[in-house]
Amino acid sequence: MLKDITLGQYFPGNTVAHRLDPRTKIILVVLYIVALFVAEWFVTYAIMAAALVACVSVSKVPPKSLVRGLKPVLFIIAFTALLNLFYTPGQVIWSWWVLKITVEGIETAFFMVLRISMLIMGTFLLTYTTSPITLTDGLESLLGPLKKIRVPVHELSMMMSIALRFIPTLIEETDKIMSAQKARGADFETGNIFQRAKAMIPLLVPLFISAFRRADELAVAMECRCYHGGEGRTKLKVLRYAGIDVTALILGAAVLAGVAVLAHYGL
Amino acid sequence: MTDIIETKEITYHYPVEEGEEIKLALSGVSLSISAGSFVVILGHNGSGKSTLAKHFNAVLLPTGGQVLVDGLDTADPELILEVRRRVGMVFQNPDNQIVANVVEEDVAFGPENLGVPSPEIRQRVDAALRAVGMEEFALHAPHMLSGGQKQRIAIAGIIAMEPRCIVLDESTAMLDPMGRQEVLDTVSRLNREKGITIILITHHMNEAAYAQRVVVMNKGKVAMDGAPKEILTQVERLRELGLTVPPTVELLYELRKAGWDVPLDALSAGECAEVISRCLAGGGRKTE
Repeated sequence: MLKDITLGQYFPGNTVAHRLDPRTKIILVVLYIVALFVAEWFVTYAIMAAALVACVSVSKVPPKSLVRGLKPVLFIIAFTALLNLFYTPGQVIWSWWVLKITVEGIETAFFMVLRISMLIMGTFLLTYTTSPITLTDGLESLLGPLKKIRVPVHELSMMMSIALRFIPTLIEETDKIMSAQKARGADFETGNIFQRAKAMIPLLVPLFISAFRRADELAVAMECRCYHGGEGRTKLKVLRYAGIDVTALILGAAVLAGVAVLAHYGL
Repeated sequence: MTDIIETKEITYHYPVEEGEEIKLALSGVSLSISAGSFVVILGHNGSGKSTLAKHFNAVLLPTGGQVLVDGLDTADPELILEVRRRVGMVFQNPDNQIVANVVEEDVAFGPENLGVPSPEIRQRVDAALRAVGMEEFALHAPHMLSGGQKQRIAIAGIIAMEPRCIVLDESTAMLDPMGRQEVLDTVSRLNREKGITIILITHHMNEAAYAQRVVVMNKGKVAMDGAPKEILTQVERLRELGLTVPPTVELLYELRKAGWDVPLDALSAGECAEVISRCLAGGGRKTE
């Protein structure tokens, strides 16, 4: 059951979308999100959708898996849609008790659903085409200037990559402990939610203890390999902007500018 | 030959609560390990062998005495990086020493910390992976590999720092026989071909046969020290120290007790078989 957890799932490939510098991709996603919030009406939304479709087809990521990414947030999308539908003031076309639907409500709800879904699909595209380690490298490099105001950027990115490294190890360990506890008669599957939560205790306690032990050993092992923080550290793979990154950034900025201008005229 | 590691009368006790009795984990250990040698340190649980190993690259500092690595005092905090780049350490649990989620990134971790320029890191990583025979796994995720392979990656991560000595602190203890063999073959090749000093801490007696020198620890002291054939044939003494002898020696020992004229120092299975067959060919003569 735990094998299904996919965190930042990555589809290996060698397309333009994969080859772009991770920093370029992060900046593009930020531009994309800003543009989504600037977008106003059908024309601008159509441009955004076209941009998304173009990126997806370049990346060769199966569109199905992007749609699947929406599943966990379906509830939030539906909830936002309903709230917008019923609580937007304007020209009432249907009402019952305290609920009333307005023309403006339908419009807002429609665009809100589009906005959230496209936002999620866009960010998922980033994690689908960028390996977690490159993504952390990109973030560390982009946030680099924050080091000047004492933000521990290197430490944060180190923590993130170690966490990613240990997810499979800890899942494996959880499976092992679960089997061991089941062999002693533990029951994880029946009972109401409280009973099941209580049944998790004999699973979590050993897991935590072992995680702390691992952390301790890892720290010693890292020190033995001369780890002494981010100072004076070099990298196996140095991030370098290429011509393709410049093109991509110009394109991204152009889309944002275009959307902003059109939205200004209410399109 | 020069000494890569020298301990001078070191004592060590783990931190104790006030009023508690101090229990020495090491009491006066003096050892000189010559550069380029292959040394096995044996001992049963609690004999102090792992504690001793942790002194070789300043994971622990002696509470008394001095440890010199290549002439550098490990107690000097200024020298700690220099000490650790000379003496690398491979631990017991392969999972808890792999930092990155791609094999080559993990091997690069040491050189990255040392501030080696990127193109050189690339070369070192490739060379290190080749040295442990794992070059085809460079882009794999470590958690998909077997225990023996993970330990070889950990060794590669140390080699990439270009150390003069590698300490394996019970690195074979958690492995299956095949994984253990992989690791032993790898380190003995590194010792032969690159002249890297190997210090192997273990409680598997048959691993001692790989070494040029065997040190047996007991109660925080060096109990025996010599060539494998000298040490492993002292069956009674080893048993006193809570160690089992290799099965080949055990067999020859029993044969000898039954009156057969066989030497005890045939350590490998092949040698042992040859000795027995020679003895049988000679009419199986008994010495009464």
